[in-house]
Formats: sequence, structure tokens, C-alpha cells
Amino acid sequence: MADLNPLTAWRRLLALPNESRTKTLVMAFLVSVICALAVSGATVILRPIQAANRAAEQQARLEALVAGIPGMSELLASAGGTLTTVVIDLKRGRAAEEVTPATLAAALQDSGNWTALTPAQDLAGLGQRPDFAQVYLLRGEGDALSLVLLPVSGAGYNGPIDAIVALRADMNTIAGLAITGQSETPGLGGRVEEPAWLAQFPGTQVADASGTVRFAVARGPAGSEYEVDGITGATRTSNAMTQIMRFWLGPDGYGPFLSAVRRGEF
Amino acid sequence: MAARPSSWSILTDPLIRQNPVTLQILGLCSALAVTTSVATALTMSAALTAVLVLSAALISMIRNHIPGSIRLIVQIVIVASLVIVIDQILQAYLFEISQRLSVFVSLITTNCLVLGRTESFSRHNPPGRAMLDALGNGLGYSLALVVIGSIRELFGAGSWLDWQVFQTVDNGGWFTPLSLMLLAPSGFFLLGGLVWALRSVLPEQAEDPELLPPDRPEDIA
Repeated sequence: MADLNPLTAWRRLLALPNESRTKTLVMAFLVSVICALAVSGATVILRPIQAANRAAEQQARLEALVAGIPGMSELLASAGGTLTTVVIDLKRGRAAEEVTPATLAAALQDSGNWTALTPAQDLAGLGQRPDFAQVYLLRGEGDALSLVLLPVSGAGYNGPIDAIVALRADMNTIAGLAITGQSETPGLGGRVEEPAWLAQFPGTQVADASGTVRFAVARGPAGSEYEVDGITGATRTSNAMTQIMRFWLGPDGYGPFLSAVRRGEF
Repeated sequence: MAARPSSWSILTDPLIRQNPVTLQILGLCSALAVTTSVATALTMSAALTAVLVLSAALISMIRNHIPGSIRLIVQIVIVASLVIVIDQILQAYLFEISQRLSVFVSLITTNCLVLGRTESFSRHNPPGRAMLDALGNGLGYSLALVVIGSIRELFGAGSWLDWQVFQTVDNGGWFTPLSLMLLAPSGFFLLGGLVWALRSVLPEQAEDPELLPPDRPEDIA
């Protein structure tokens, strides 16, 4: 052990029989360190590019959603072509005073800004719900609200499903749906992303006259104005979509906000 | 194998004669999961081949210094790290494709094919031959995937590589897509059919039955 030259120590180590305990430990340590460095290096270096990709995709989907709603392009042109972004306080149903879109991410780091959901409330399998959400408002002529875009999310079959729901001015007619993130089975549940399926959402009603959310993904073909066709071979994903929509458009989701819009507060 | 096989046979044997999917029956989970369309099958094949070749090279380079008692865990750690790095690169530079493959890229780690080749070949061969063997196996896997993927996409959606071959009824054509083809069980059927077809053509691939049924059933009683 007197020889401290690292090169000779390294040679001696390599010359050890593979069964020796020292060599086993050193090899295990070296392999772990090198692999850990490679993995964390790749993650850290590539994270900005990945975040940019995700943001660009979200933006593209938002634009595709708005562009896909009939008459929306003209409306966008007259409204100046931009959406306004508002952070709302889900509990009160009002615009949040102290949180802005820029500080939203920081606010959601604080667990005090999340509300735990009881199993009865937790239709979408979220566990807890943020108290603030960023929504997009589109105003038509005379500054009247013509469309709101609401981000929703919930547990799907393989992982979380994220989507954006567009509601017309009556806050009860769906103007469109865009899936922004999902990891459902490709070819089955993954078909929630297909334009043909999403095309059924425009015109579908959310709640009945009493205010109960009736929207559902049907088992098989749609049977009423509250339903869209189910996806063959993807019952769990279809059910998840029903629950996500019912949760977010119901009293524990955007319900208070939607009532406020109907009262004309926005 | 008494004599050292030539480089050419190392590369070409796994394509059909020693195909990892149909003969070695390795890497089936992913073969069933990603073959709903040709495009995903191709991307998955490329990702798996890359992991296979890189892990073969790395493990073959340190093969004389892997302690026997921890050799499996050393191999799996190297494979898993490679998979994570490749997954991250896909997410950064081929975002669209990584979205379509979702979890299956990370599942390459548990693909028996990768560990199977590093354990049985790379551990005993120099890097050049190990990489050649890995490339051959990767291509053999790709071949099986593309064949199954083609059948499933053609009959499940009437298209091939997103190019519409049969006009489906939805689009005013005559072809009613077989939804079964897009479900996992059809992958099993097709793979079974493929193995059967290959072993009928190449009878030397057929295995001897491990248990022979008694000639006369009443003998058991």
C-alpha cells in the first residue's frame, strides 16, 4: 500500500483476479459512477431542448385547437390574433390577484396552493388539485367573451392524460378538444389523439338544465347530445376521458369559474 | 461451433437462421407492443439496434475485468444507462417519434434480447465481433418486427407506412379494418404463425419435444 502512484495502482487492480473482493467492489463502484455521470449529464444537458420542445408542442396544439374550431380563424383575426392568458383561482372562480402566468410555476411548487381531494371528489384520479390554473380567453367583437380554453388533466390507462377543452360563450357547448399529452397504448387508447375522434367534440353539450355535468364518452356510438363515440378496445381510456371532463367541468374543477363567466364577471 | 465463425456469418446468421425473435424467442414483449404500425416498429428497431450495438461494444471492452459474481448487474446497469441516454436524446432531437414510442423506449432495458446477447456473446468476444453480432441481431429483430408490423398495419388499418393500400369503409372504400389486428393478441397469433412458417421451411430450427406423449394413453392409468 506504500505505492501511491495511481497508474501502478490501476495496473495492479486490473491484474487482480476477477474473483477478488477488492476488484469486485472497485468495478461495481466505477461502473456505477460512470453510468451515473452519463445519465445525469444527458438529462441536464438536454433538458432545455426538451422543455422547449414540450412548450412548442403545447403552443402548436393550442393553435391547432383554435384553428380547428369553425369560424375561429376569422374571430382570431378580428380579436387581434392573440389569446389573453389569465390565471384563475379555482376555489373562488375569479382571476387570481397575486399569481400571474409568470409566477404560476413557482406558486405551484408550494404545497399550500394545492387542495387534497376526497375519493368521492377525485373523479379524474388526481389525488390533489392545484388552486390556480392558467386559462386562455378569446374575445370577439365588443370585447365579449367568445371562447375559453381550459387545460384539464387526469389519470389515463397508462399514465396522465393532459388536454385543453375549448368552451363557447354559453360555457356549456364544447367548441373543441386537444390532447396535449398522453401515454395510452398506441393504436388503442392512443387514438384519443386522432383528429377523427376529436372532431366529434365540437357542439357536444356539457351539462343539462339543472347544471349536472352529463358529458360522457359513450360505450359504442354516441346516444345523446352529451356523448361522443367510445373508442373500440380502449374502454379504460374512454372512461378516463369521461371522468376527466366531469371532474374539471364540475364543481371541484372549473365549475365556480364557469358560473362566474356566465354571470358576466369576465 | 468448433471453428470460429466468419464475420459474415456472425452478421447474417441472426437475420433468419438464428433470428432472435423467431428462433431464440427473445424480446417478445416489445415485438408485440410496438408492431401496430410499421413506422413505430422501424423506430423501435433502430433504437434497439443502437442500444444493442453500443452495449455490446462497452461490455466487450471491459469483458476481461467484469467480476463473475456481479456480471449480470454490471451488464444491466450499462444497458439501462444507455437506454436512458438514448431516450433523452430522442426526446430532445426526435420529439415526435419519442412521443409515439412513449414508454417502450425505456422498456428496451428489460428486453431479454439485449442482456441475452451481451451475456452469451459480447462477454467472450472482442469488441469488433461483438458489435457485428449485435448489429446482426438488431437487424434480425427489426426484420421480424417489420414483418409483423406490416401485416398488422395492412389488415388493421388498411395502410402501409401510413400509405393507404386498401380504401377503408370510413373513407368510402370497401375494406373493413380488422380491429383485432391492432390488439395485442393478434401479435401473438402472427408471431406464432411466423415461427411455424419459418420452422416448416427450415426444419432444422424445430426443437425436439421435451415431453413425449405416451403411445397409448391407457398406459398412464
